[in-house]
Amino acid sequence: MSSTDDYEPLHGADHAPGDEPARGREVAEGVLGYLIGLALAILLTAVSFFIAGTFLVWRPSIPIALVVLAIAQIGVHLVFFLHITTGPDNVNNVLALAFGVLIVFLILVGSLWIMYNLNQNMGPMTM
Amino acid sequence: MTAFQAGAGYGDDRPEEGRRRAEALFDRADPASKRIIVGYGFWIFLLSDIVMFSAFFATYAVLVNETAGGPSGKDLFNLHNVAIETACLLLSSFTCGLAAIGSRAHNSLMYYGGMAATCVLGLGFLSIEIHEFAGMVGQGAGPTRSAFLSAFFTLVGCHGLHVTLGILWLLTMVAQVFAKGYRADILRRVLCFALFWHTLDIIWVAIFTVVYLLGAGA
Repeated sequence: MSSTDDYEPLHGADHAPGDEPARGREVAEGVLGYLIGLALAILLTAVSFFIAGTFLVWRPSIPIALVVLAIAQIGVHLVFFLHITTGPDNVNNVLALAFGVLIVFLILVGSLWIMYNLNQNMGPMTM
Repeated sequence: MTAFQAGAGYGDDRPEEGRRRAEALFDRADPASKRIIVGYGFWIFLLSDIVMFSAFFATYAVLVNETAGGPSGKDLFNLHNVAIETACLLLSSFTCGLAAIGSRAHNSLMYYGGMAATCVLGLGFLSIEIHEFAGMVGQGAGPTRSAFLSAFFTLVGCHGLHVTLGILWLLTMVAQVFAKGYRADILRRVLCFALFWHTLDIIWVAIFTVVYLLGAGA
């Protein structure tokens, strides 16, 4: 009949590979993974907000510390929430991520570098 | 000849053995499931979205000191509000993950509960952000005031727009599961929505660090 019939299982156990419903243990493991990710993310966020306003550390080091904490938290999100792993069915995802990181790096560093140079080489503006 | 035909000689009594040998012979396992392929394709889109945001971040970083005599981030940003916004998005990422697991387990309490919590937290985030934007425009610090504020409203506003679209998508997925059940094709859309929502949280991590924490304090 219509193509939507393909998705209606004839009986409960008829699922395409990878589409089987998750069972009790998988659910528990999944929830545990998200709980670990949430705990790590909260920890890193709390440290970021604390460090931004504190005078307990050497002030000029704070921007670098904040950037490092943010990159660490992005890593936690990628692993525990987006499930970018080292597994064999994840190789394509990791390669795509590596290419994305390269482009982001080029755009950020290239823009800042070029604009900094232009600012340096521009004569003083007299108005 | 496929890998499965190559293993046919082992008969019906030991199909697993035949399959294992055939896979070793052809050096490949089963084709990836549709779920993995859809996730990969959507991941490519998300990365292109991240590349777009990186251009906005670069623009903001270049223009952050061009305040044209107007207010700077230090005068405008309220880190208390930003902390609440961050908590909303982080918790919504968690509840969104629970909803995704619930959808795979066909567990309605987990799916609808997780999606409802995600929706409420997302709306909470948006209301704080809209309140913040309205307050800034009200005190004459709108996007037309300086290059710094143009870049700020473009970057943070674009993220807010993504959250708005995400909430519309969330409601669509709730309606589709409600109307059509936990069908394999619908569950793949739920997977894509969850990936989208988690990516918004990643971009917010960069925003609260680069824009708010670096702008207000250090």
